Amino acid sequence: MTQKFRLAEGGRINRDHPVQFQFDGATLHGYEGDTLASALLANGVHLVGRSFKYHRPRGILSAGAEESNALVQLREGPRTEPNMRSTMVALFDGLKAESQNRWPSLSFDVWSVNNLFSRFLPAGFYYKTFMWPASFWMTYEKVIRNAAGLGKGPLGRDPDRYEHRNQWCDVLVAGGGPAGLMAALAAGRAGARVILVDEQSEMGGSLLSGTGEVDGKPAADWVAEIMDELRSMEEVTILPRTSVSGYYDYNFLTLLERVTDHLDDEPDGKTPRQRFWQVRAKQVVLATGAIERPLTFLNNDRPGVMLAGAVRTYVNRYAVLPGLKAVIFTNNDSAYDTALDLRRAGASATVVDVRKAPRGALVEAARAAGIDIMDGKAIVKVNGGKRVTGVLIRELSEDGKTVTGGSQSIGCDLVAMSGGWNPTVHLFSQSRGKLRFDESLAAFVPDKSFADERSAGACNGSMKLLDCLTEGLKAGLAAARDAGFNVRKAPTAPKVDEAEEGGIMPIWVVPSGKRLGQGGKHFIDFQNDVTAADVSLSHREGYVSVEHLKRYTTMGMGTDQGKTSNVNALAIMADLQGVSVPEAGITTFRPPWALTGFGAIAGRNVGEFMDPARLTAMHDWHVEHGAKFEDVGQWKRPWYYPKPGESMADAVNRETLAARSAVAMVDASTLGKIDIQGPDAAEFLNRIYTNAWLKLPLGSCRYGLMLHEDGMVFDDGVTTRLAENRFLMTTTTGGAANVLTWLEEWLQTEWPEMKVYCTSVTEQWATVSVSGPYARHVVGSLTDYDKLGPKDLPFMTMAEMDIAGIPARVYRISFTGELAFEVNVPRRQGLALWRAIWEAGQKYGITPYGTEAMHVLRAEKGFIIVGQETDGTVTPMDMGMDWIVSKKKGDFIGRRSFAREDTARDDRKQLVGLYTEDDPHHVLVEGQQLVAEVKPTPPMKMVGHVTSAYFSSNVGRSIALAVVEGGRERMGETLYAPRLEGGRPVKVTITDPVFFDKEGVRARG
Amino acid sequence: MADVVTEMSPLDGRAGSGADTAVIVEHPHLSKINLRGDSGDQAFMDAVADAVGAAPPVEANTVMTAGKHSILWLSPDEWLVVTPEGKQGDMEVALAGTLEGQHVSIVDGTDARTTIRLHGADSRNVLMKGCPLDLHPRIFGPGQCAQSILAKADVLIHQLDDTPTYDIYVLYSFSRYLWDWLADAAKGFS
Repeated sequence: MTQKFRLAEGGRINRDHPVQFQFDGATLHGYEGDTLASALLANGVHLVGRSFKYHRPRGILSAGAEESNALVQLREGPRTEPNMRSTMVALFDGLKAESQNRWPSLSFDVWSVNNLFSRFLPAGFYYKTFMWPASFWMTYEKVIRNAAGLGKGPLGRDPDRYEHRNQWCDVLVAGGGPAGLMAALAAGRAGARVILVDEQSEMGGSLLSGTGEVDGKPAADWVAEIMDELRSMEEVTILPRTSVSGYYDYNFLTLLERVTDHLDDEPDGKTPRQRFWQVRAKQVVLATGAIERPLTFLNNDRPGVMLAGAVRTYVNRYAVLPGLKAVIFTNNDSAYDTALDLRRAGASATVVDVRKAPRGALVEAARAAGIDIMDGKAIVKVNGGKRVTGVLIRELSEDGKTVTGGSQSIGCDLVAMSGGWNPTVHLFSQSRGKLRFDESLAAFVPDKSFADERSAGACNGSMKLLDCLTEGLKAGLAAARDAGFNVRKAPTAPKVDEAEEGGIMPIWVVPSGKRLGQGGKHFIDFQNDVTAADVSLSHREGYVSVEHLKRYTTMGMGTDQGKTSNVNALAIMADLQGVSVPEAGITTFRPPWALTGFGAIAGRNVGEFMDPARLTAMHDWHVEHGAKFEDVGQWKRPWYYPKPGESMADAVNRETLAARSAVAMVDASTLGKIDIQGPDAAEFLNRIYTNAWLKLPLGSCRYGLMLHEDGMVFDDGVTTRLAENRFLMTTTTGGAANVLTWLEEWLQTEWPEMKVYCTSVTEQWATVSVSGPYARHVVGSLTDYDKLGPKDLPFMTMAEMDIAGIPARVYRISFTGELAFEVNVPRRQGLALWRAIWEAGQKYGITPYGTEAMHVLRAEKGFIIVGQETDGTVTPMDMGMDWIVSKKKGDFIGRRSFAREDTARDDRKQLVGLYTEDDPHHVLVEGQQLVAEVKPTPPMKMVGHVTSAYFSSNVGRSIALAVVEGGRERMGETLYAPRLEGGRPVKVTITDPVFFDKEGVRARG
Repeated sequence: MADVVTEMSPLDGRAGSGADTAVIVEHPHLSKINLRGDSGDQAFMDAVADAVGAAPPVEANTVMTAGKHSILWLSPDEWLVVTPEGKQGDMEVALAGTLEGQHVSIVDGTDARTTIRLHGADSRNVLMKGCPLDLHPRIFGPGQCAQSILAKADVLIHQLDDTPTYDIYVLYSFSRYLWDWLADAAKGFS
């Protein structure tokens, strides 16, 4: 096992548990506790990917969530995931990773030719080059997509399980570093329900990266003690490997927990790979730390150029030496810690500091350790291709804008850079918090809060450890108090020894002595290959807003969302515009904080759980009898029942013929049913429906149309008077919930004085509708036949009686236009009723029919379906249903709209029937447009459209319903229906919309 | 009444599923009367108490229990009166009797919803996979009920004891979906 760059001791890796893994096919070794990045570095692997646009060799930039370079394709087959940050991937035995965006191999990549031609690939290149001819984009796109892009999505179905979890808490603490630990401890001791979340595999944050002490003991030991106490608290939930992916209104936050991503387990069907938490928190403490800024110097993207803090993390946390000969390039004191740690670990270290004569305890410590400090100088160029080989250094002017004097060359294999620290304000901003620019940090910090949230520690701009601990403690206490807890046993902040730090010298572009873009590149956004020269170009081309800058250059738009690049880019832009950084503004931080896979977002809402299938009591019978189902809302309704060898048309023709020549039955259970009770029930219906209801006799049924205030049809159905003050309303299947809401809205907001209660009883009843000349024979054989006689149970009445021994309500209503009985029984007996009718009907050839036959049968009668013939712009008069709109009764919903000129126009689209002229078997297409005059090419004036079209075996030809401008006055006229597929338009004749039994005698028989 | 064989629940044959610490069992035909009335009217409260043995709860999301009868709060003027199987007719008659002459609504909903009982130490964890309510013992305990969603079904949840045990009322048409969802959600707790 050669881990040449693994330190002999130290680190939080488990040396007793070696791990074998593969990168680009090579077998390498690391330890449990490593990330993929730390293990690669331990093996001396710095080149891990190619950049997005120029295909430049790239290495590992960071040690955390901000990683923009070292993205890999993880695992294989259907479980593969692209763009995984190797700094966040926990190493496990058998891990397989591949580098991305290279062909044919990482070290020899054909597309790196883009780098040579980069002057032809400036910012906005796509917009400028591929604009036109527009039709060519398809061709360009294929090539571009192949050349650019990152990893590959899996092709197979994801075999993993993902779950959701809803959770409430008093205090959510985002971040398990010093501030977050103190906050969780304080809130936990107060008895609050606390959730402590951290992205890393263990809590501790920056304390795990350093060498310092807390409360007189090594920081890691202090962390362990705190964690022991937190684990002992029943109401504290600790979630490592968990990111807060979004912070939404009303303290609703989403978390992505990587449950088994760090294991080599195969899916077991019950343990989730990831869990997506939906948390409602009373209070939130943000302790998300800070992200180090890169410095922008020539060829700062070479493998071996890393963030200084990350270098420190690799040395101390992972016992890995990222280089033997290091140059530390900085504008602040924090990088001196890195120099000291590198030196202690056995590497050589030279500090290049842009500041002239820096002072501060750390600087002095470095000097005392014999570290060479080159002050007032800058790296003007990095040498090396696939790995840093050295740097050129020159004297920097006092304003940092130019370099002077000769250059000095230093050989090195590692450049550790620090441009200062940006508080991680992403979640704060997502919560609507406003930022301000802090000059002493040269960074944006939280200013005004809008949510029940407080920031503590580095994310609040407090970079010193003691401040982090103290602020965390205060934030935790305050959050618990605001969540309603009495804080008695408040912990105290631990003691720490800290060096005083000197100030920062902001430098946004390090001059190279040449014009920007010459002799190499100053990268800002490593992932999107955006350089300082691109920002400059965008400025010259007139892009003033940071949001425009972002979109024009694509800066900050990658999977890392500019975590290391945003502030640098907008500071450069501010400089070019001659304004301050805060004046230039900052782009909006949006969720998610980090990549969130669709698997986690979907959770178990896949397959059979994607959408509930609502089933009637008779569903199993339909399945057994071969029904094909149609989705009506969430209901599964039988569509038709094909016999062996039958096509859909065969089955529907057979079913529709049976309903008119013998007897047929349909499962009508899904129709909405609302029980309406109260002394004002009849008057209520009078206002809700267009027709009159006060005088409806007991036990009688009436058809009603419901309108919205605009006078347009919105639902229809039959309502029956069960008692003086009690009605049963039926609604369309799809409209049931909306109608109940509609009724409640009018009762609660407009007519609260009305004494009416509405209760949904849709599911209480199972309904079988029996239609056809033998309907009375069939139903009659299951009860006292005489009770069903034309005089005993006339058309549009209801009676209660036993059917097959089951107490039932029997309605004489008909949607087929045939003699029909609609039998309703309590749901649990629905299947028994259905079977009884089926058995009783055998000698009459009873035929079950589905929704398709039902639609044909009603169309033969010219009965409308709300939502098919109507579309929210149709009045009852348009449907030829003037008869149902009362002129005598008082007001009803929609009535006033009929006084509008528009609803009285005589050229409104009106319901008509259509016959095809040339071929009586040709069935028009629903939605087909109708024109009076055919022109060789569109546009043609559309005078209407087909709303329903079927072949009717009862009529012996095709029929259609349509809405046509002024249609009722155009009977017999010929119109044309152009076909989508081309060819001659279909000639149609306008007819009456009732095609069968125009007198309506059959239903009344 | 028809004989028992003709009475079917869509969950017949699925009794007792889930995990050791989250068992699901159906109680299909508990009698359920949907009652509406004015809780500010003492005559209404007294009449209901006469029929059921307890007045309807006025505190939101609470349950009043009297012997074998429970009254679950649904909204300020709506309750579900739950009584043992087969008693819906008696209860309807009793309520109609004591409430005669008052403006109320008494509707049998026995066949609209079934009841799935979820029982065991991990029951709460199962519900939290699909229900956005705060079911923590500090917030929601025995004697409380609430209407919410569970996965993608509307439900009425009534907590019976500290085990915890929950009665989940769901419309019959959604019951197979919800049963299968619960059985799936209970995976990993066995």
